Amino acid sequence: MQNKEAIVIGGGPAGLTAAFELLQAGASVCLIDRNERLGGQLTKQTHMFFGSEKQYASHRGIDILEILTNALGKYGNKLEILTQTTVVGMYRDKVLACVKGDKFFKLKGEKIVFATGASEKALPFENNDLPGVYAAGAVQTLMNEYGIKPGEKVLMVGSGNIGLIVSYQLMQAGVEVVGLVEAADRIGGYLVHASKIKRLGVDILTKTSVKRAIGKESVEAAEIWDLDEQWQGIEGTERTLEVDTICVAVGLAPLTELLQQMGVKVQYVREFGGNVPVLDENYQTSVEGVYACGDLVNIEEASSAMVEGRIAGINAARSLGYDVENADFRIKALHHELKDLRGGPPGDKVRKGLKKLGVAT
Amino acid sequence: MIEKDGVPSLNQVKAEFPTLETLEKPKAIIECYKRIPCNPCETSCPFDAITVGEDINDRPRIDFDKCTGCGICVYNCPGLAITVSQIKGEEVHLKIPYEFTPLPEKGKRVNVMNRSGEVITQGTVTKVQAGKKQNKTALIHLSIPKEYVYEAITIEVSHGS
Repeated sequence: MQNKEAIVIGGGPAGLTAAFELLQAGASVCLIDRNERLGGQLTKQTHMFFGSEKQYASHRGIDILEILTNALGKYGNKLEILTQTTVVGMYRDKVLACVKGDKFFKLKGEKIVFATGASEKALPFENNDLPGVYAAGAVQTLMNEYGIKPGEKVLMVGSGNIGLIVSYQLMQAGVEVVGLVEAADRIGGYLVHASKIKRLGVDILTKTSVKRAIGKESVEAAEIWDLDEQWQGIEGTERTLEVDTICVAVGLAPLTELLQQMGVKVQYVREFGGNVPVLDENYQTSVEGVYACGDLVNIEEASSAMVEGRIAGINAARSLGYDVENADFRIKALHHELKDLRGGPPGDKVRKGLKKLGVAT
Repeated sequence: MIEKDGVPSLNQVKAEFPTLETLEKPKAIIECYKRIPCNPCETSCPFDAITVGEDINDRPRIDFDKCTGCGICVYNCPGLAITVSQIKGEEVHLKIPYEFTPLPEKGKRVNVMNRSGEVITQGTVTKVQAGKKQNKTALIHLSIPKEYVYEAITIEVSHGS
């Protein structure tokens, strides 16, 4: 078993900034990601990001990934990157069980930063196991990473930012978006994203959901229906849309299983789609030396995940005994950035969730 | 209703416009109707014409006296929520953001859409800016009939044959 000074699990926006802060402070970092390349969701975000200059607003996600990975570049000898490596188990003494290809090995970290992100939620409806029913993130991966069209005619389910953005990106790929249904009575994501697809002819139907997928071998059509005040389908309002793809974008659930294996205290927070770790103000979990950041701790935009990664990284470096330049000032400024990003109506849900966790916002 | 279907009302749209007299010079029309944490319009404007301010969730405000209609904010806005409008005689000159390929060519007649996604008229592409600065959000210049000044917002996407 190899001992590591600091291990970062997950190479998405939060993990990349956490690794950077640790390296900048002087620590050695082992960065683990199960995918072929680093970046997490950034690898497929072809749209410009929101926020301020501090979070690279107006840059596309894929370009932000380049900025973040370039920043890691100069620490080459102190940084070990393990891609296509899955952490399959966590022990209470900070030992990780890893699998890379057909190799199994263990690592032990003095400090561990978890940035494992979130997974997409499924939606129960008849025939939702037919080929052609996709999660929106999968569609984005196919299109934007591998250049593969998921289908020709798509029904999008869910009007959060992911549903709205992926609809737009499907159109960019030359795929027809036949419609977008949303169970709530209003659009969930940013209205600028909604207006962007509506003016190109995509109808957004609120209080509407998918009843069932129709098809023999794969999706041939989708039946949608209106929902009543109790979010139940109304008989007699069914109509059929001819589509070959149903794309589900109904939210994310944090990936806390590994943390729970090592006994980290978690709490169920509905606003964050599941169990999230209980953190102190340094983004440290209930287990000393174990930190968490990004979608794993609360479902938010990548801009916030990058800020959280920095806070967790700086604190982890400090706990290793490194003298981080202007640490107090920087952490204060980073918390201020988070407050700004969460300050408006889109941050309502996040603030509500954080309040349940006893975090001041 | 914009919260339900993504379409702002005519009143909402008009509230973002200056007077038609002011529009004889090109001016940015910012359609950012809901507070979101975002301020590249403010930081990209070389003339300090756009203010979001201390709280980045505030809606941008524009000073039409300072705005030159240059279009830099148009391709820096992550929400593609800004256009530039100018009335020239019987026509409106529009600059819109466009992120589809192939790009329309100069001189091409294109279908012009309203905010509900309906084709309302035809226009002519007068210029296409798609350089390094625009970074994949092209700035398409259009000429359309003046009567559509409050309605025209984008052009129909053509993926070619």
